[in-house]
Amino acid sequence: MSKTLYEKLWDAHVVARNGPNAALLYIDRHYLHEVSTPQSFEALREDDLAVRRPNANIAVADHSVPTRRTSAEIADPQAAAQVALLERNCREFGIPYIPLDSEDQGIVHVIGPEQGLSLPGMTIVCGDSHTSTHGAFGALAFGIGASECGTVMATQSLWQKKARTMNVRFTGTASPHVSAKDFALALISRISASGATGYAIEFSGEAVEALSMEARMTLCNMAIEAGSRTGLIAPDDTTFAYVKGRRHAPSPEQWDQAVAQWKTLKSDPDAQFDKVVEIDVTKLAPQMTFGTRPDQGMSASGRLPDHLTGEQARAFDYMGLAPSTDLAGLPIDYAFIGSCTNGRLEDLRAAAAQIKGRRVAEGVTALVVPGSGQVKKHAEAEGLDKLFLEAGFEWRAPGCSLCVAMNDDRLPPGTRCASTSNRNFEGRQGAGARTHLMSPAMVAAAAIAGHIVALQEEPA
Amino acid sequence: MKPLHTVRGQAVSLPESNIDTDIIYPARFLVVLTKTGLAEYAFHDRIAKDPDFPIHPGMTQPILVAGANFGSGSSREQAPWALADLGIRVIIAPSFGDIFHGNCFRNGLLPIRLPQDVVDQLHTAAQAGTEMEVSLVERAIHLADGDAPILFDVPEDGREALLNGWNETTRILQNNLCDIEAFEQAQRAESPWLWTRG
Repeated sequence: MSKTLYEKLWDAHVVARNGPNAALLYIDRHYLHEVSTPQSFEALREDDLAVRRPNANIAVADHSVPTRRTSAEIADPQAAAQVALLERNCREFGIPYIPLDSEDQGIVHVIGPEQGLSLPGMTIVCGDSHTSTHGAFGALAFGIGASECGTVMATQSLWQKKARTMNVRFTGTASPHVSAKDFALALISRISASGATGYAIEFSGEAVEALSMEARMTLCNMAIEAGSRTGLIAPDDTTFAYVKGRRHAPSPEQWDQAVAQWKTLKSDPDAQFDKVVEIDVTKLAPQMTFGTRPDQGMSASGRLPDHLTGEQARAFDYMGLAPSTDLAGLPIDYAFIGSCTNGRLEDLRAAAAQIKGRRVAEGVTALVVPGSGQVKKHAEAEGLDKLFLEAGFEWRAPGCSLCVAMNDDRLPPGTRCASTSNRNFEGRQGAGARTHLMSPAMVAAAAIAGHIVALQEEPA
Repeated sequence: MKPLHTVRGQAVSLPESNIDTDIIYPARFLVVLTKTGLAEYAFHDRIAKDPDFPIHPGMTQPILVAGANFGSGSSREQAPWALADLGIRVIIAPSFGDIFHGNCFRNGLLPIRLPQDVVDQLHTAAQAGTEMEVSLVERAIHLADGDAPILFDVPEDGREALLNGWNETTRILQNNLCDIEAFEQAQRAESPWLWTRG
């Protein structure tokens, strides 16, 4: 019987079944961060349980860490306590922990792939909804709650319900200013923020095959913003080339065997999906959100609607927007480049390419927060830090920063931010702050202009 | 986990759709390290803006009738923890965020999906202060004014867990340890690179 990639990954991890659509799935990798695990460890202690496979886990602090730091010291007492607790829990239960002052520290969804800990064919979980990121490798990766984090640590397995399958095909060739972020925002606007709830998305099509691994991670990262816990891309030569030689990749002796297995990880040609969505990216323009949900978005060159639904009216009120306004020219106060969506080296390069000898506009505060210590190191080796600093951007230490605003990076009420992050929810970057999601190039261009710029292809 | 069989009482109505877990539990309070006593942070920024916001620490209704896509977004389990701490045991909505929906069953909260027109009827009943009885045993909602019960579907595994107050971790360890060991042995042979770290 032909199967989709999702069904192959599911079937390969079934430990036990409960009816046709529920199974106890084996979990190969568990990433931990400081925010979703204190109560998980507490549950293990209450039931006097050990961690079944400590080395299948890896922990790092990212959500609440300050991005202005020169050491592992954290000034905020609550954040310091939370990070210290993660370190203490990991020591007690034998789980590998990447300290805050290590150059490997970073956002959990950036460091996993970077170190070869996320591999094709795996099941990967984390107490974080953006775990869908790792699906870019052809891994069944999904976000879980803190209770499930405890269950995974104790049992290496989780009861899950099989999702329906959705194939999202991106066809055509994107223009240079159009990135994987624009693919994701266009899809979410098309199918809505709950359009993929209950589905596992598989992204395919020539426009996806043409994407780098970093761009594929951006795309899968945003699957949850369409409601899907899982975004998948079949592994190919781009995937294998990315994984090869990384710290925890299969050894040279195991490599051929691994790749032979990974090559089977694709949907069979006649596999049936429950839903198919096709988007031609050839005419796609850079996207941005205007409202308080990721599906309230449109082309940055567009004009806001003149007649509003009740929901739009509420969003316009929160966002301080008037109907029939052009998005281009909308003044911004802050610019944020970073996050598990767009905090990788290619994202920083795309942002830096917009500088062209210019400076951040007066009155705009612009932050660049590399996704990991490795991203930071490589960016600095290329001189990107100098480019950003000379242009008036701040160059910070790795963390989630203004994507979740749990640390001291927090925006004042009423301010407007062009952001490469993944959620424009009310209060996401600080109570009352207004977030517009867009690509790294779009955010950098807005920071320099002081307002939204609809990037267009330059005339030949 | 506290078992759930029948919940009786009034319901609070929050018809707005797309209430994400950031609205239910703002991120800056995620530095709190416990899972109890979180009621004071629930809907914090909504309450700050609107003193008449229907959900607040003083509320007494055990049932929440909500809008579509309730609990979407972040996986933070603080959202169901905070709702449970407010005394809510049942949430009725046309649809839920997937991760939130799963988290509810692990925390003694029953999420019920019903068609929009039925949920609209329950909003009306909630706003009128009508008493309701939600029976997980019967999979039925009885309204005090005596109409025919509203029947609902709920995943059987989640229902069993709530009725019995089961803890997923200890259940797996009791029932599936041999299955897990067998799986691991097979995977070690087939995909040895997944086992080089132990």
